[in-house]
Amino acid sequence: MISDAPVLQQTSEPAESAAAPSRLSRYVRPMLGILLPLALALGWELVVWLGWSNGRLVPPPSRVLATIAELARSGELVRHIAATLWRVGLGFAFGVIAGTLFGAISGYWSLARRLFDPTVQALRAIPSLAWVPLFILWLGIFETSKIALIAVGVFFPVYLGVMGAILSVDRKIVEVGHTFRLSGFAMIRRILLPAVLPAYVVSLRVGLGLGWMFVVAAELIGASEGLGYLLLDGQQLGKPAQILAAIVIFAILGKLTDWLIEVGAAPFLRWQDAFGRAKGA
Amino acid sequence: MLALDRVSKTYPNGVQALARFSAEIRQGEIIAIIGGSGCGKSTLLRAIAGLDRASSGAVTLDSEAINSPHAKIGIIFQEPRLLPWLSVADNIGFGLADLPAAERREKVARALERVGLADKAQAWPRELSGGQAQRVAIARALVPQPEVLLLDEPFSALDAFTRRDLQDHLLDLWADTRPTLILVTHDVDEAVVLADRVLVMRPRPGRLFDQIEINLGRPRDRNSPLFENFKRSVLTSLDRSLDRSVPDRDATQGPGQAMWW
Ligand SMILES: Nc1ncnc2c1ncn2[C@@H]1O[C@H](COP(=O)(O)OP(=O)(O)O)[C@@H](O)[C@H]1O
Ligand SMILES: [Mg+2]
Repeated sequence: MISDAPVLQQTSEPAESAAAPSRLSRYVRPMLGILLPLALALGWELVVWLGWSNGRLVPPPSRVLATIAELARSGELVRHIAATLWRVGLGFAFGVIAGTLFGAISGYWSLARRLFDPTVQALRAIPSLAWVPLFILWLGIFETSKIALIAVGVFFPVYLGVMGAILSVDRKIVEVGHTFRLSGFAMIRRILLPAVLPAYVVSLRVGLGLGWMFVVAAELIGASEGLGYLLLDGQQLGKPAQILAAIVIFAILGKLTDWLIEVGAAPFLRWQDAFGRAKGA
Repeated sequence: MLALDRVSKTYPNGVQALARFSAEIRQGEIIAIIGGSGCGKSTLLRAIAGLDRASSGAVTLDSEAINSPHAKIGIIFQEPRLLPWLSVADNIGFGLADLPAAERREKVARALERVGLADKAQAWPRELSGGQAQRVAIARALVPQPEVLLLDEPFSALDAFTRRDLQDHLLDLWADTRPTLILVTHDVDEAVVLADRVLVMRPRPGRLFDQIEINLGRPRDRNSPLFENFKRSVLTSLDRSLDRSVPDRDATQGPGQAMWW
């Protein structure tokens, strides 16, 4: 197996000689994706600037940016972002903790899996927004019900991700744990969780995506602050620029927090010997 | 002493992998188990390791029954089975989690030195060659100082040169604490180089066919005529074990069997 290494190096040499065009395309290729939205934005800006449209329902990018700047100047923006981040953060934390715990238990103990996995799967089949009225009745209209809703959204992908990954851990590695007399939580902590870490990070990212989705739902239902409130306020007062501003900020925050997970997990995944890593190296 | 008393194993699918395997193995003895493919060698080793329960019969170590993995029994598999998320040093220290950190570090450092991988302490398993990875596996199994070390074709995936190197190395490490070694192999040369006693198994169902004492001093010269003689007698026995027309001859399979039933 290992004697392949020199062979690999040899075969990579012809690729090296073709480096000149590929280096160029390395910078150009990611830019390609930006081209279309950029052209559309500039085009629309131009259309409004030329007076072909008044841009009242679809404001030009400059007006969206101005709205963001205005919100930022008044301190509103920070308040809304903080409220939303707080909800997502808390809901995400609860969802991840519960999802990891139950996922690990279901993955490890087949009895536990037989006992509660069918129930969890049944609950998962319910569109999560259907819980909203119930949560409001139970937990009130304020923060608790919102955070609970987000946590529910995060729970399922994390639960499924952890359980599925544990079930597919290489039996040979688990046997190493057995020979060192690990069982129960020691087996989970020292063998199973590290083994599923790459899959776990993926499920965290999926869970976070759902967290962002559900915070919007929660804030649309009733809130006096938060980015979702900005959306609703913009709709009720007929301020499309504010709606677009909130959407842009959602996009930025979503991408940013996802990136944080990726970057935060990277040091723990350096051991991976995978196709994706070889490309990066 | 490790005692195997009529150990039998029938898998749930009905395959009888092991039938009334009995042997007594002295502390510090080196045993090689050899036999055709599928004759139950791995099954036997897993029963001794406590990884699988025997269907009947008993494995006892110093009169303690072994039904599950035991601190005094270590095992090395055909693949190194290193934990890819731990550094080489942490892999070696895996079985020492109960020790204070300082003591663990010291033992690991000594083991790394001993297997000649001190410079790889912080490397990831994926950065090791096959031979190096198997050395780490050996160090990981030996560092908790087991009384019995089981090895299931540990060198069969390595090239001939590395294999010889590791065989010598294993003997070297064995001399430190002299654990009992039980080594499954399909390589006659390996069996005769390492073992005090070679157990030959025969298949369907897997059972003991023959025992050959290797009365050779160490270090053994692989080219000596005496070495060749032992190799020939193991080979002959192995051939006979695969020949269905040859009856079982081991005493434990003889009259005792009828009485036991
Ligand atoms: N987990 C299992 N389930 C069913 N049959 C098995 C299992 N493991 C091994 N066997 C069967 O038991 C016999 C002995 O296997 P094994 O101990 O692996 O042989 P060896 O290691 O000597 O090649 C074989 O016929 C094999 O097919
Ligand atoms: Mg085998």
